[in-house]
Amino acid sequence: MGERLLLRGNEVIAEAAIRAGCQCYFAYPITPQAELLEHMAKHMPKLGRTFIQAESEIAAISMVYGAASAGVRTMTSSSSPGISLKQEGISYLAGANLPAVIVNVMRGGPGLGDIAPAQADYFQATKGGGHGDYHIIVLAPSTVPEAGKLTMLAFDLADRYCTPVMLLADGMLGQMMEPVELPEPVDPASLPAKPWSTTGAKGRDPNIIRSFDLDPEILKQMNLALQERYREIEAKEIRYEETATEDADIVIAAYGMVARIAKSAVRMARTERIKLGLFRPITLWPFPYSPLKELSKRVKTVLTVEMSAGQMWEDVRLAVCERAKTPFYGELGGVVPTPRAILSEVKKHAG
Amino acid sequence: MPVSVEKMVKVFGRPQSLNEVRFTYCPGCHHGILTRIIAQTIDELEIAERTVGIAPVGCAVFAYRWFRCDTIQAAHGRASAVATGVKRADPNLIVFAYQGDGDFASIGTAESIHAANRGENITVFFVNNQVYGMTGGEMAPTSLIGQKTTTTPDGRDPALFGYPIRFSEMIAQLDAPTYVTRQALYDTKRILEATKAVKKAFTNQLDGKGYSLVEVVATCPTNWRMKPTEANTHVAEVVTKTYPLGDLVDRG
Repeated sequence: MGERLLLRGNEVIAEAAIRAGCQCYFAYPITPQAELLEHMAKHMPKLGRTFIQAESEIAAISMVYGAASAGVRTMTSSSSPGISLKQEGISYLAGANLPAVIVNVMRGGPGLGDIAPAQADYFQATKGGGHGDYHIIVLAPSTVPEAGKLTMLAFDLADRYCTPVMLLADGMLGQMMEPVELPEPVDPASLPAKPWSTTGAKGRDPNIIRSFDLDPEILKQMNLALQERYREIEAKEIRYEETATEDADIVIAAYGMVARIAKSAVRMARTERIKLGLFRPITLWPFPYSPLKELSKRVKTVLTVEMSAGQMWEDVRLAVCERAKTPFYGELGGVVPTPRAILSEVKKHAG
Repeated sequence: MPVSVEKMVKVFGRPQSLNEVRFTYCPGCHHGILTRIIAQTIDELEIAERTVGIAPVGCAVFAYRWFRCDTIQAAHGRASAVATGVKRADPNLIVFAYQGDGDFASIGTAESIHAANRGENITVFFVNNQVYGMTGGEMAPTSLIGQKTTTTPDGRDPALFGYPIRFSEMIAQLDAPTYVTRQALYDTKRILEATKAVKKAFTNQLDGKGYSLVEVVATCPTNWRMKPTEANTHVAEVVTKTYPLGDLVDRG
């Protein structure tokens, strides 16, 4: 295994992308993900790879569209307001079946919001975000080492399913430092071939990358193909983690940094003999409906905790479907819940 | 006296790099001429196997159908940014963006200016027909003062809608671009001149010299409500007064 380093979440995501073989990175500065951009600026050119500080988020995602078309691993990163601007390009990437990785280090919104951690972009990330009938795979790390691992996975999933993949982190994860063992670099020769890419029509018919067709019947078929791929992703790629759920009466449903904070609440609850567990989706899309459904048959209460007004809560309620109580506790605007505050919410519903 | 086919010499044919499909362009529109010139230049330079074309949104949205080379259909206005991504991913590719005036000079203003300012080693074709053709003849950023369009039914009033934007002149004042030229296609002489410009714009890229822009002042007989011949005369006598022809930058 590699050396152990003390690194910031943003730096780990950047370094993991480099090790995943990201050849082209395009982004526009925004807090709280600026270190990611700066790490790429420092290291990509030395490796003979492309770093461009784009003129806008829209330009950055459009450059990603071009680089992805040309068959290389490519990434952009931003934070909430910037991700809104990228939605045009993300919709095009989805429609054109292009693999790419998008990092959202979420901050408080709506509008300009603030630069504190938040989880208020869940709807945007998991329900499409841009126009048209599409989804992207959404991965939510809850520790700095996991941010590195999921960044590597994001590139693999993007290539495997020819789809954009979003790493959904928040300002706290981006800024905090933790000891990390960085993943080993990927062997470029081991990456899948991309016979569809626009690399020059030598010895083959020309390749065309496009997201549209004016004939509704053809566009319908293109849409059905997308939907078929989404069903496959839902069947194969659901990831989640359960903590202390075996004997739990009440479980917290939380993702990302909030799940990590909730783990402390679980430890505290257990010392007080409250049978509290944690259900943590790692893939937010596809959402782990079935595992949560099974869990909801064994518990009395599923308390959703988010740094939002209740966005993942909707998916939790769909999964639980009134088999258990589904209260909600959320903090807004960049306020981060403490373990103690979560525990006191738990106590309102336990017993 | 009839001449046998065997004795005839082929002096003109469809370029290899132009697919055998029917254009969706209206009669008298200059898009088809420019498309042909680009295709025959790709043939002449023998670069079809390493060329990637970027199609815009607008009348040329189907450009990916016309060219027999790898192509990408881009979001409205983003063709120059998409071309940047392709070229940076593989600098050995020859990358061109084909954009209309709405695409290049309105919604894509930022992407167009900054690709030029970075001196991206790409070739950009900018078709300026002073109108939004695909959507039904609305005002373009390049529409002439007084020009009647479906969104300026009383004619473009600069007090309300601004002035025709000379976008190539804006690009030309940047330090990075290698070649910026404005051409037209209203007669044979102009077509031959434009053909030379297209070739130069590709050759610059092949030689690694950087960003080349060929603006073509084109017709839109349908939305101008003119016969094709009238439209050609209109370009020659009226449009070129606002958009003078010729090279603006030549650092090649």
